[in-house]
Amino acid sequence: MYQAIVFLPLAGFLIAGLFGRVIGHRASELVTTALLFVSLALSWVAFATIGFGHHDVVVPVMEWINSGDLKIAWTLRVDTLTAVMLVVVTSVSALVHLYSIGYMHEDPHRARFFAYLSLFTFAMLMLVTANNLAQLYFGWEGVGLASYLLIGFWYHKPEANAAAIKAFVVNRVGDFGFALGIFAVFMMIGSIDLETIFAGAPALAGKAIDFFGWKVDALTLICLFLFMGAMGKSAQFLLHTWLPDAMEGPTPVSALIHAATMVTAGVFMVARLSPLFELAPNAKAVVMFIGATTAFFAATVGLVQNDIKRIVAYSTCSQLGYMFVAMGAGAYSVGMFHLFTHAFFKALLFLGSGSVIHAMHHEQDIRHMGGLKDRIPFTYIVMVIGTLALTGFPLTAGYFSKDAIIESAYAAHNPFAIYAFALTVVAAALTSFYSWRLIFKTFHGAPHDRHHYEAAHESPLVMLVPLAVLAAGSILAGFPFKELFAGHGIEEFFRGSLKMDGGEHGIINAMHHIPATVANVPTVMMVLGFAVAWLFYIRNPSLPVELARQHEGLYKFLLNKWYFDELYEVIFVRPTKWLGRFLWKKGDGWLIDGFGPDGVSARVLDVTRRAVALQSGYLYHYAFAMLIGVAGLITWFMFGGAGVH
Amino acid sequence: MGFEIAGYSLLPVVPELVLAVGAMALLMIGAYRGDRVTGLVTGLAVFLVVIAAALVLWLPPGRLVTFNGSFIVDDFARFMKILTLTGSAVTLLFSRGFVAAATRRMFEFAILILLSTVGMMVLISAGDLISLYLGLELMSLALYVVAASQRDNLKSTEAGLKYFVLGALSSGMLLYGASLIYGFTGTVSFAGIAAAAKSGSLGLVFGLVFLLAGLCFKVSAVPFHMWTPDVYEGAPTPVTAFFASAPKVAALAVFVRATMTAFPGITQEWQQIVVFVAIASMALGAFAGIGQRNIKRLMAYSSIGHMGFALVGLAAGTPEGTQGVLVYIAIYLTMTLGAFAVILALSRHGEAVETISDFAGLSRTNPLLAFFMAMLLFSLAGVPPLAGFFAKFYVFLAAMKAGLFTLAVLGVLSSVIGAYYYLVIIKVMYFDEPIGAMEPARGELRAVLAVTGLFNMLFFVYPAPLIDVATLAAKSLF
Repeated sequence: MYQAIVFLPLAGFLIAGLFGRVIGHRASELVTTALLFVSLALSWVAFATIGFGHHDVVVPVMEWINSGDLKIAWTLRVDTLTAVMLVVVTSVSALVHLYSIGYMHEDPHRARFFAYLSLFTFAMLMLVTANNLAQLYFGWEGVGLASYLLIGFWYHKPEANAAAIKAFVVNRVGDFGFALGIFAVFMMIGSIDLETIFAGAPALAGKAIDFFGWKVDALTLICLFLFMGAMGKSAQFLLHTWLPDAMEGPTPVSALIHAATMVTAGVFMVARLSPLFELAPNAKAVVMFIGATTAFFAATVGLVQNDIKRIVAYSTCSQLGYMFVAMGAGAYSVGMFHLFTHAFFKALLFLGSGSVIHAMHHEQDIRHMGGLKDRIPFTYIVMVIGTLALTGFPLTAGYFSKDAIIESAYAAHNPFAIYAFALTVVAAALTSFYSWRLIFKTFHGAPHDRHHYEAAHESPLVMLVPLAVLAAGSILAGFPFKELFAGHGIEEFFRGSLKMDGGEHGIINAMHHIPATVANVPTVMMVLGFAVAWLFYIRNPSLPVELARQHEGLYKFLLNKWYFDELYEVIFVRPTKWLGRFLWKKGDGWLIDGFGPDGVSARVLDVTRRAVALQSGYLYHYAFAMLIGVAGLITWFMFGGAGVH
Repeated sequence: MGFEIAGYSLLPVVPELVLAVGAMALLMIGAYRGDRVTGLVTGLAVFLVVIAAALVLWLPPGRLVTFNGSFIVDDFARFMKILTLTGSAVTLLFSRGFVAAATRRMFEFAILILLSTVGMMVLISAGDLISLYLGLELMSLALYVVAASQRDNLKSTEAGLKYFVLGALSSGMLLYGASLIYGFTGTVSFAGIAAAAKSGSLGLVFGLVFLLAGLCFKVSAVPFHMWTPDVYEGAPTPVTAFFASAPKVAALAVFVRATMTAFPGITQEWQQIVVFVAIASMALGAFAGIGQRNIKRLMAYSSIGHMGFALVGLAAGTPEGTQGVLVYIAIYLTMTLGAFAVILALSRHGEAVETISDFAGLSRTNPLLAFFMAMLLFSLAGVPPLAGFFAKFYVFLAAMKAGLFTLAVLGVLSSVIGAYYYLVIIKVMYFDEPIGAMEPARGELRAVLAVTGLFNMLFFVYPAPLIDVATLAAKSLF
């Protein structure tokens, strides 16, 4: 069964990818989607068996690498943490497959699209079922590849190609750290098998790694390297720049990869390696700091964006920051809870945005929308549900998970606990503001473009069904799972898969003993954000324009995303391009080619010209050459000759 | 057996006798019947060569010596004679189209080839300096005439004259060297020289230099190669094919026999000469070949280069090296004859064409011809797994085992440079636009091309027969 969950999407990829032209688009769509739904059903069975049946499963697949001390086998490790991810990945993936049948129905390369979607799902499942770091890295790179292929799916668009390359390159930076982390683990422990690592990790406490002559605490260094990988994949502050650009890909891709699953791989990785991070408090501090900064930073940028997908993308970035705050607080299950609920409402918001874009004929600028709630009421309703869940409206899914994170930040024993608490609270207000701004500008008010407004139409049923399912999930995924992820059921539910400090003074216990006022702050913030948005965009639409004019510097600063792209352009991109150009023109063209192939062949031609010139055609030249030859040989034997007596 | 004159057994020279007497008989037929019998004479000449080859194989095994050691038939001689006779026979086949043309019916062509072949066989079997010179001159005199056989063509006559003058010079050098050697050792027989020349006095080395200069002229090794490009280009193409095949085999054979059996005591000295001419030949063959536009001139530089490679094996001075030379020359013979079959087949509107650009688009007008030519060119360039690669492999291996690393490295480098001009022809054949259809090739050309092409392609499948025979032949010299 577990093999089937992982390998059915691979089968779908191979069928649609290799034989897509033969079997046609319709068959490719149906095969991949059907296989995904089978995988989905099996995943829920696995979730029930593992999560509530209290036993973990380890499924050996095959031997992989046997080289000296390095022994790596393909093994599927399915414990509660994995089961949660299996459910998230297969649910969203299956719904996105279904949705794409409607969304992509005009695209001439649908078979390829579905093949990539299935490839991504396979790689993601490989990642979450990994039993060793190499397998994790395999899946990690696999999802990166699929992400690259899907962002650049419309390869005729230059922006899409640039975005795909950007995503790939920025992720390489993180992956480099991840790889170093794996090497460091192997160096210190001698294995990259998860069980062995966890067993050997406590013995590493206090040991140091000599890093370019700089003694660094081994566990801190390992965890920071690993977290660097997580930062790249989960688009955290400093390595976040690729995620908004990745919106150039088709919207279902954004929903699947850049909202619900792949970008949460970093969160999953930290949770998976929680036994290591628990031993490295300094690394946890960094995690919390980066997470809180990201949550705040992305929310501020989201305030002023005008592209419907980019708003949601910055929101994703911000929410990922929340999850890392929980990781840094040591409340891994809480972070996983938010990951779980976020998958539903963020996929919903993306697919809903896709539905809006579909209705508006690929218009993405919210300034050109307005009043759409009458034209596409179903989409409007589900988008509002998604927004409620995202902003943490009481009793929706996001309410439970996000509040738990803010509580854990407050309760954490972490140097950055207060910093994280403050920023996440402010970010909660900002989240509420930009989410409602999106709703108001898109669905309320007067239509901006009469023609587009008239032509807008509700999406087909095949797209609405996934929206309905996700809307249901956005409401219901919170309360029933609250006890399991953030309550007293954690020990029993997650057992060994997460290393939580769950004792008397543990984080979970501390979370339940915070002042009631603190617990209610997020809800207040949510209402505040909503009120301001209502004031700005319903009550008095001229107010935000006026505000932007008065604080033009701040407005531009936010609109240009804190100038990170420009900063990186100056610091990294231009020097790199200059270096590349230098090595190309001077290093390769002048030095290697000039003195290598080109130089040698030019010299050969010089010699050839002289050799040919020797052949004058005059008999006496020829005779002279012969005599010279004899004379030369004789001279050699007379004066330089070795062995002549 | 009754083959005896004045106490000397005639048995070992039976093949030569048959060829010589047969040549004279054919001369009679031609003289009395006129030019009408050109075709018949050529056919009979081929037949005679085949008979001679059969007789070479028919001779009793082992080492046969006659005329007081002047004439030696051993496995080495048998191997080389078969190769030489093959070269002659194929050349005679090639010449059928040439001599049959109404404007230049000349039955003498075949007879000259036969007489030259007799000279080569004597040369190969030479056991002393006298028979060496006799064989060399008999071979050369006929060659001077055939080079100029196209009497009304300026280039052909020029080629013949140049070859004659320079050949006379080289003969003089060779004779001078022979007399010096005789003077310093008191004998002309190879065995006697070997016994007398245990160490090299300067006078003896002088003689050696002059003797080898004469031989280098015949194998067209640098710097005694200058005649080669002009003669190859000027002579009629069948003659060029002959120049590139049989005489090269014979000259290389006597080169090997003279150095190995007459001068084993001063190996150090002749090794230096051979190393020098080998390097010079390989390098010049590679560099100068690149500048050529005429395919026959190109083949001249190609043969200069290949002789350099063959001499690498000789420079090793070991049985392996000798075996490498034998394998090399055998494979070289097939490659050259095959390539010349293609060159002879190139004619457009009744005119033979011979520039490299005339090969343009051959792959589309004559795909099979182009394919075999490409294979032969790859083989000439030494690309594995074709036969030409193994030829180079054995000589370089022998040179490495003898410690001549510099020589081997320079050889490999020049083979890389030389590969360029073979590849250019393939590029022209396969990637350039055709410039008009070729006339269909004559049957005998197609047959030769098919046999040599297949040999070069399939040699690697079953190389043992050639290697074994070459090993035996090489052993008979030590």
